[in-house]
Amino acid sequence: MTLLFTVLIPFAGAALVALASHFGRAYSAWAAGVVIFASMVLLAPLASLPFAGEMLIQQQDWIPALGLNLAFRLDGLSLLFAGLILGIGLLIVLYARYYLSERDSMGRFYAYLMLFMGSMLGIVLSENLIQLLIFWELTSLSSFLLISYWQHRREARHGARMALAVTGLGGFAMLGGFLLLGHIVGSYELSDVFASADLIRAHPLYVPTLGLILLGAFTKSAQFPFHFWLPHAMAAPTPVSAYLHSATMVKAGVFLLARLYPALSGTPEWFWLVSGAGLATLLLGAYTALFKHDLKGLLAYSTISHLGLITLLFGLSTPLAAVAGVFHIINHATFKASLFMAAGIIDHEAGTRDMRRLNGLWKYMPHTATLAMVAAAAMAGVPLLNGFLSKEMFFAEAVHIAEGHGNWLLPALVTLAGAFTVAYSIRFIHDVFFNGEPVDLPKTPHEPPRWMTVPVEILVVLCLIVGIAPAFTVGPLLAVAAAGTLQAPLPEYQLALWHGFNTPLMMSLVALALGTAIYLVRRPLITWHEAGIGRADARVVYNALVNGLISAALRVTRAFDTGSLQRQVFLFVGAALALGGAPWLAGETPFTGSRAGLPPDAVSLTVAATLILATIATVIWHRRRFTALVTIGVVGLVVSLAFIKFSAPDLALTQLSVEVVTIVLLLLALYFLPQHGEAEQSRARVRRDAVIALVAGLGTAALAWAVLTRPYDTIAGYFLENSKPRGGGTNVVNVILVDFRGYDTLGEITVLALAGLGIVALLQNLKLAAPLRDATGRLWNADAHPVIMATLTRILLPLALLVAVFILLRGHNQPGGGFIAGLVTAVALTVQYLANGAAWTNARMRAPFSHPSSLPQPGEGANVMPTPTASPPSPQPSPRTGEGANVMPTPIYDSHPLIAWGLGIATFTGLASWAFGHPFLTSTFGYLDWPIVGKFELASAMAFDLGVFLVVVGATVMILTGLGGLHRTEPVRPETR
Amino acid sequence: MEALIALVIGVLTAGGVFLALRGQTFPVVLGLTLLSYAVNLFLFVMGRLAIGVPPVISETASGYTDPLPQALVLTAIVISFGMTAFVIVLALKARAELGNDHVDGLEREEDRGA
Repeated sequence: MTLLFTVLIPFAGAALVALASHFGRAYSAWAAGVVIFASMVLLAPLASLPFAGEMLIQQQDWIPALGLNLAFRLDGLSLLFAGLILGIGLLIVLYARYYLSERDSMGRFYAYLMLFMGSMLGIVLSENLIQLLIFWELTSLSSFLLISYWQHRREARHGARMALAVTGLGGFAMLGGFLLLGHIVGSYELSDVFASADLIRAHPLYVPTLGLILLGAFTKSAQFPFHFWLPHAMAAPTPVSAYLHSATMVKAGVFLLARLYPALSGTPEWFWLVSGAGLATLLLGAYTALFKHDLKGLLAYSTISHLGLITLLFGLSTPLAAVAGVFHIINHATFKASLFMAAGIIDHEAGTRDMRRLNGLWKYMPHTATLAMVAAAAMAGVPLLNGFLSKEMFFAEAVHIAEGHGNWLLPALVTLAGAFTVAYSIRFIHDVFFNGEPVDLPKTPHEPPRWMTVPVEILVVLCLIVGIAPAFTVGPLLAVAAAGTLQAPLPEYQLALWHGFNTPLMMSLVALALGTAIYLVRRPLITWHEAGIGRADARVVYNALVNGLISAALRVTRAFDTGSLQRQVFLFVGAALALGGAPWLAGETPFTGSRAGLPPDAVSLTVAATLILATIATVIWHRRRFTALVTIGVVGLVVSLAFIKFSAPDLALTQLSVEVVTIVLLLLALYFLPQHGEAEQSRARVRRDAVIALVAGLGTAALAWAVLTRPYDTIAGYFLENSKPRGGGTNVVNVILVDFRGYDTLGEITVLALAGLGIVALLQNLKLAAPLRDATGRLWNADAHPVIMATLTRILLPLALLVAVFILLRGHNQPGGGFIAGLVTAVALTVQYLANGAAWTNARMRAPFSHPSSLPQPGEGANVMPTPTASPPSPQPSPRTGEGANVMPTPIYDSHPLIAWGLGIATFTGLASWAFGHPFLTSTFGYLDWPIVGKFELASAMAFDLGVFLVVVGATVMILTGLGGLHRTEPVRPETR
Repeated sequence: MEALIALVIGVLTAGGVFLALRGQTFPVVLGLTLLSYAVNLFLFVMGRLAIGVPPVISETASGYTDPLPQALVLTAIVISFGMTAFVIVLALKARAELGNDHVDGLEREEDRGA
């Protein structure tokens, strides 16, 4: 799985790079370089395959049931893009090392960059479309992080959000397109998609599929009318812009066009949609770029325009145009990356990017100026540079199409676009490096550090040698990349500087002359543009749309959520009643089913009557809170009796222990709440609620009756049959919990652990006044820890723990198990807290083997039970030590480790089965001969149950002692004995 | 017997819903507790009522009831406890932060008027 690792290395490297920044700023850059280099080294041995005409596909099952595989593909197109991503990435890493200032976090920058790079590599190396989409979305997310790198800047946050919104929506549309494509083809593998090209193009769903996929590609590569996000993304640091807008992010869109070219192109719909959007973008970008005063703004629109050019080429649907498109992808990446870097250097050394102030920089930085001028000439399409070659091919294709259709509008328009490209390139060179003296610059410009220009030099040299000797340099790479795009034999073409005096050359000359002329009249043009067209801003439309959406969402939310829980509960119950009641009213199903019932007996009737009376008493007396707590306890106990009656011993045990814990919890909480409820203000409200409650009760009772009187099929047979032979236990309920459905149980103990942690978080810094008197106005009992109770509970503890161990061990075969044992242990420990005080118990929980005299005695220190009269409000100085108020630190027993161990053991039990080649949480069991005890069964599920046990103990003790700890309102008195 | 259980579930639900609609936190917690009893019982009896046939494999057993609802309900009971604990602590927190025990964090009418 070399390709998988090539993609994964940058993701893993992100963490490494972030860590490396702790050792020093430069280490981060070095680490990033090493990460990229590692990816390159992995990929390098495979690079020769596409040149030998081979294609590599590496596959591994992921979710085979959904047709999802981890599938990677290396053909010419993937190789070209992977090379661009890694190669330019390496240059960017070097450049950014000098670009970022002391205030910028290197680790964060390079970590984001690595994440982005991994996502890009994932896109270009994917064989599976769904997998491609996942990486696609990852580029949206990681580019969001990169663009908003300077989080303190408002425009950076806005630009990043806009980029994410536009490209994210596009990705969503693309998902729809891919699903349709998968539906048509019956597979998400690219190879299958290419093989079914004719089927796709003839399918009735072709147009929606194409439209949705193009939405994704166009938003990503900033095609009209989605181009507006790109200029705003310029708020990113320049290395980010140089990377995202030359070789990667926006190129992902054109990569997708190239990737799916064999499957989707060649239809009129493709031709008109793709070339139409491309042409509009080409013209709009080239035109607007001229009027941008910001260097990066000019480059942004220039990027848009060049992306339009590439899109237009793919839209033309001729093989030769596709070759030209791939060629221009390479050329644009090299000259645009170097131009962005040059712009960054100018910004860095001169302090501004405004071309109205940056003039005459030639004198200050001739080296940078030379490099920038060569790159800008390549952008303009001047001969001897790489931009010229692909532009000539582009013009030739435009002419070719025109000859076919007899319509010369297209060549005229692309020549015009070429003229504007020349004009803004001249502006980039002339306005910045010549054109008089700098105007009021923040800094005196000078050449940058030596290594900062090295990446620019490398790219500019590439522009030159490709431009002079294309066939010897880029030729082979272009050939395999184009072959990878077409998935067919290459058309005849010739990479050469000189093709004779032909129409494309004439068009180039016209564009050069016209562009120079446009530049000469730029001042009136700029004035005219800024008075009219320049005011139009797609951002206004975008903002209006986004704000409209947000305010509509707010209106809907506010209509339902008025901030009142009572209203929410009312709406919820009402909706449930309406939805549940509708089928009753409409249905013709008989109310009672055919299943024979059990006869009622006198005991059951009595018990049920007790439960009903206790429930009614709870409702009526809910304002006398202590009384209500007693009656609700009765309800809970009767429910556990019901479980016993109907053959559920496990449930009865659980219910019983939970009941105890719940009542203790509510008692502790009630101490801090008003002892009496307020009388209701509105009798109408009470009547309304009573009616709702009665209807809800009736509905549930009716539903229960209807179900209970019907026969049913159960899947229980499987569990009953396999519990013993395959789960190794006779208590089927327990085997289901720890084995068959162990994954659910793992989730559930996680929820319990989270509830415990959440409660601890809520209790932090919680200050509640303890009431001085109880509900009847009496002072609380001064004797917080009655001696008899304290002594009895200490005897009880070992017995209770023994019972818990017994329940835990027998759980697999007899009623019991981790949940119940955990609750029993928690109750036993909580009783110690209640009877002996938190300080006494905590000290023993922490240090079970330390000398007793060092431990606080009962009746002292922190108290769990409320004892406002038992302790004075402030500690008295100890006469023995004479050291003022030296408050003894209360030993806190922290049950976090218990929870962590529990979750750890449970998860590890699951993972251990992987080691034996079984799925997660597969259990095994065997028999062990213990001396004296005899034959003893040992199942791996019991280790899982131990994890459950620890989590339940930890979470429950944490909750109860946390609440009990609130009572420590007074400082602990110093030791007096 | 089926009618009796249906009645019990109905009464528990009615009591739970009524209390859950109250304005103060403590009755709401009581209401949620009653509702969890109702829901747990309801889920449990989806395996139908059977007496004396616990799902513990043995050679002398005459039959077994459905173990699956029991396994579901067992964890549900523990989770209900976690939820009750969380809600009651939330109520305490709300009382500490807002100075009252109304579910909407509002002062009582007479306090607000003053």
